[in-house]
Amino acid sequence: MYDDLSALGLRESATFDRATIHGIQRAATTGVYDIRGWGAKRRLPHFDDLLFLGASMSRYPLEGYRERCGTDVILGTRNARYPLHLDIPVTIAGMSFGSLSANAKEALGRGATTAGTSTTTGDGGMTPEERGQSKTLVYQYLPSRYGMNPDDLRKADAIEVVLGQGAKPGGGGMLLGQKITDRVAGMRTLPVGVDQRSACRHPDWTGPDDLTIKILELREITDWEKPVYVKIGATRTYYDVKLAVHAGADVVVVDGMQGGTAATQEVFIEHVGIPTLAAIPQAVQALQELGVHRQVQLIVSGGIRTGADVAKAIALGADAVAIGTAALIALGDNHPRHDAEYRALGSAAGYFDDFQDGRDPAGISTQDEVLAARLDPVEGGRRLANYLRVLTMEAQTIARACGKAHLHHLEPEDLVALTLESAAMARVPLAGTDWIPGAHP
Amino acid sequence: MEALTGTPPEATVPATVVDLGSSSVRDLNQALHAPDAALRATHWRVLNPRGAHSVACGLTEDLSVDIEGHVGYYCAGMNQRATVAVHGNAGVGVAENMMSGTVRVRGNASQSAGATAHGGLIVVEGDAAARCGISMKGVDIVVGGSVGHMSAFMGQAGRLVVCGDAGDGLGDSLYEARLYVKGTVKSLGADCVEKPVREEHLAELAELLKAAEIDEDPAAFRRYGSARGLYHFQVDNAGAY
Repeated sequence: MYDDLSALGLRESATFDRATIHGIQRAATTGVYDIRGWGAKRRLPHFDDLLFLGASMSRYPLEGYRERCGTDVILGTRNARYPLHLDIPVTIAGMSFGSLSANAKEALGRGATTAGTSTTTGDGGMTPEERGQSKTLVYQYLPSRYGMNPDDLRKADAIEVVLGQGAKPGGGGMLLGQKITDRVAGMRTLPVGVDQRSACRHPDWTGPDDLTIKILELREITDWEKPVYVKIGATRTYYDVKLAVHAGADVVVVDGMQGGTAATQEVFIEHVGIPTLAAIPQAVQALQELGVHRQVQLIVSGGIRTGADVAKAIALGADAVAIGTAALIALGDNHPRHDAEYRALGSAAGYFDDFQDGRDPAGISTQDEVLAARLDPVEGGRRLANYLRVLTMEAQTIARACGKAHLHHLEPEDLVALTLESAAMARVPLAGTDWIPGAHP
Repeated sequence: MEALTGTPPEATVPATVVDLGSSSVRDLNQALHAPDAALRATHWRVLNPRGAHSVACGLTEDLSVDIEGHVGYYCAGMNQRATVAVHGNAGVGVAENMMSGTVRVRGNASQSAGATAHGGLIVVEGDAAARCGISMKGVDIVVGGSVGHMSAFMGQAGRLVVCGDAGDGLGDSLYEARLYVKGTVKSLGADCVEKPVREEHLAELAELLKAAEIDEDPAAFRRYGSARGLYHFQVDNAGAY
């Protein structure tokens, strides 16, 4: 259609493109800003803008399929009596029961367990399905404290204090009333059907000094057994990571602006925060300056899709990555078999992001019993485990080609950038040069 | 940790005494968390807390703990079943996220007392600072004095009784928590309104005051609750936030 119109001499405005025009028209019609799920959809400097320098004369590659390339990671070695030892450095990010169906949460647990990694609760607390199917479960400690109880805290394998997420740093959340069923309402101590606000600030601490005391309380309650993560949305990442370490974090989770959400204003998703690529070197610099890189582990999330992304994040200094959106896609989100139903909702397979309204044809971001029943948690778990294995094998393929016997042996020196922006953000040289824009001599 | 055996004046059974002048908070909490804590003693006395944080937090057993002095942040945090008394003032977040049991502060409490607490009874005999009962989820809180601004902010369930005055923004964005104030309310927060006091409210107030051992006339209190006008996000309400 576009080609036909351009043949007529019509030209679409780069500033007021069709999506922008539609947005203005929608705002004028409804008087309400757009709320949606997913993460930033705009084009951003990302891992695609980096390339690995494979081995040749000066670096020896490892034999693919034959020579060992380790993938395990230990998280929480700084203070916890029982650090987590995961088989692969790809974890499942926090997503709530409420935003996701119980079957989806169970599938995430099953897939993660099969692949030898961890999954994470979300706002609204821990469900028995999730705990039961997750060998390693990280319990999120969020501002709303919905469903927060000390029994579940003790059942968890690690605790993640959430300050923010990449899709909406500085924002809270809103679970719309159509997803507040009897069970969700009961877990959150709220009336059925009301819009449920998740606070943006913790109710009993403010700032890094308070966080230090809060982390100590969590350790005291759990008798110093569990690793304590601190999760931040990527903004002033260098400073936030330093403050998190000073506050006592065992693990810092940095979520870039491509990280997903269940329900946030479009304007927030697209205009607040920094890309994952820009956040990682800031976080690593902070850890290195404090002398705790690899001692306080760094988990990076926001736009991880392939084993190449995993390898690049680790090469830049992450210890592990977390996936959310990609995990849901692996379960069946946005699958073409639902295209007709997506179109009936005003979307299409590959575009669906209305996680907030509870009518997900894939049965993932819904509390509707009929829709939720479409997702078989066993089959979903199998699909996720497959995907996690592929991510791991892809990352190993690259690491071996770079001559690394473990994914953690990848380093920034293995990378070059395709664009000035990505070179400056990732702090690796522009391909074919030794120039890192912004680097001081 | 050196645990001594002593007998507080009001008690008839020996208490296990932990002196935080010579023992650490870790020692104390580990002893209180031990599976045999209730077998070793049902009554514990903590001496010289000197503003320490996280004193007696995460308790799960039916213990009685008397803390003889001032405590810092998160005293009795996430308490379950235990009865904890602070014979002094309490710092930020006393009894935060409490599930059950009783926590009594003989003096004043700093901000966020009883934050997100799900159950049990918190009594502050003096004043409580800002955000008392913030995001309360079922706890009962009785304050003998006044409370600071934004108390019961986003309160979801439970009851807050204030025998003195309330600061600005009482009950802002309230869900279903019920608030009673005897004195003046400087201002009500968004969606919080005064509601009539009926017989059932007088009865529950009398019950709460009795449980808190505070001698006040239920008829002297006014009741506040949610107008439920902001339960669904509507653009017409944007000015209310």
